[in-house]
Amino acid sequence: MKSTIDAEALYQVLLESLRKRLQGPDLQKEPAVIGVHSGGAWIAERLHRDLKLGSPLGFLSSAFHRDDYGERGLPTSIKATSINFPVDDQHIILVDDILYTGRTIRAALNEIFDFGRPARVELAVLLDRGGRELPMQADHVGAVMPLRSHESFVLSQETSGRFALRIETR
Amino acid sequence: MKNLQVGEDGKLKHLLTLEGLSREMIHRILDNAASFLNVSDRDVKKVPLLRGRSVFNLFFENSTRTRTTFEIAATRLSADIVNLNITTSSASKGESLLDTIDNLAAMAADIFVVRHGQSGAPHLIASHVQDGLHVINAGDGRHAHPTQGLLDMYTIRHFKGDFTQLRVAIVGDVLHSRVARSDIHALTTLGVPEVRVIGPLTLLPGGLDQMGVSVYTDMKKGLKDVDVVIMLRLQNERMRGALLPSPQEYFKTYGLTAEKLAVARPDAIVMHPGPMNRGVEIDSSVADGAQSVILKQVTFGIAVRMAVMSMLAAS
Repeated sequence: MKSTIDAEALYQVLLESLRKRLQGPDLQKEPAVIGVHSGGAWIAERLHRDLKLGSPLGFLSSAFHRDDYGERGLPTSIKATSINFPVDDQHIILVDDILYTGRTIRAALNEIFDFGRPARVELAVLLDRGGRELPMQADHVGAVMPLRSHESFVLSQETSGRFALRIETR
Repeated sequence: MKNLQVGEDGKLKHLLTLEGLSREMIHRILDNAASFLNVSDRDVKKVPLLRGRSVFNLFFENSTRTRTTFEIAATRLSADIVNLNITTSSASKGESLLDTIDNLAAMAADIFVVRHGQSGAPHLIASHVQDGLHVINAGDGRHAHPTQGLLDMYTIRHFKGDFTQLRVAIVGDVLHSRVARSDIHALTTLGVPEVRVIGPLTLLPGGLDQMGVSVYTDMKKGLKDVDVVIMLRLQNERMRGALLPSPQEYFKTYGLTAEKLAVARPDAIVMHPGPMNRGVEIDSSVADGAQSVILKQVTFGIAVRMAVMSMLAAS
C-alpha cells in the first residue's frame, strides 16, 4: 500500500519555524547547518539556500556511530561526512527528514562531537512520526504524524528540488 | 569450489584474494574506504564500529610496515589489537598452524590478519575457523596481497576516475610479486582495457597472456603512453639468485628515471608498494617527483584496511 503526503507544505512550515528562530534575540551569529545523509542533507541544502545563510553547511553520515552495526552492518555504501568548518563553539542546526526512534540523532550527535564541542545543537526535522526509544525531541518540526511500526515514510527529491513523501507498508 | 570470501547474503566474510571478487564488491570496498579517509583529520581520530572486537595480527613472516598499517586501521576503528610475531613463538616450538589458530580462536578473536610465506595459508585458516571469525590475507607467498591491490585501485580511482579508459604498466619483478598478481586481477575485473607488465624475462612468470596482460621487455616501449606506472620492489634476495647480473645493471635497464617516464602520458602517476630501493628500481628524482603518489598510497592504505575490517566484522 502506498499513499502520498504534501511534503512541500511540511517544508514550508519547517522553513517558517527556522526563519522565526533566526530572528531570535539570543542569536549572536548565524548558526551552521548540518544535514544527515541522505534525506536530511537535501533538506539542509535547501534550507540553507532559502534562508539565505552565509554560515557553513555540512553533511554527516551516522553510519560510524550506529548502535545496530552489529546486526545490520554497514549500509551498502556510506556517504562520507563532510564538516569542513570548526565545530568548537559553533551553534548548529542539525537537519534530518524523519524523526523516529531517536537512534539516528544519537549517532549523528556523536559524529558531530568527533569534530569538536559545539556551543549548541538544535534539531530540525520535516516529520516527527513518534515511536521514540531515546529521549530526543526536535526544536523545529514540519508536522507530527504518528505511524505504525510496519509503516515507513520515504522521502524523495524531484529534479526541480521539490520534495515528495510517501508512506510504504511492509 | 565453495566461495569462502563472500557469504550467501552477499556480505564479505574473508578477504583472501582479489581473484573472483566482483567489480561491484571492489567498488563497494573503495566507496567505504572513501568515507573512512577523513577520520584521521578529526579531533577524535577514531570511530567506535569495532569497539569490543579483537583483531589478531598473525605475522608468520616479518613485515613491520604492513603490520603497522593494519594496527592503525584497527585502532581507528576502536578494536583491541593483539600482535603476534609467530616466527619467534609457537611455530618455532613445533606447533602446527591450525593448532595455533585454534588456540587463538579460543582467546575470542574476531579477525585474523595473516601474513605467511606459504601461498594458501590464509585460505587454509579461513576454511578451518568457525563462523563469525574472519581472515584477512596480508600477503601469502607469491600468491596474493589483496589489501595492497585494493589500495592501489583506490589510488588509481582517486587520481584517474574511470578505469575503462586506462593503460596501466606494472614494472619489475612480477615473478615473485604477490602485489602484481593482486593488481592484475583487480585491474582486469575493473575493466582496464590495457594492462602491461614490463621486466626481464627471468622475472616474468609464464601464463601472463592468459591473465589478459601484454608483456614487454623494453621499458620505453612498455611505458609509451601509459596513464599509471606501478613499480615493484626488487627484493634483495633475488639479486643473489643469478636472476639478475647486478643492481646497477638492473637500474640501467629497468630503473624508472625521469627520462624513461617521459614516454608515458604527461599526467601519468607513479606508484610503488614500498619499501623502495632508490637507485635500483626507481630513481630518487622520480620517487620524490611531482608524478609520484607513493605517500598517498600509504594514507589510502589505512582507509582501505578500515573499510575491509568494518565490512568483515559486520557479516
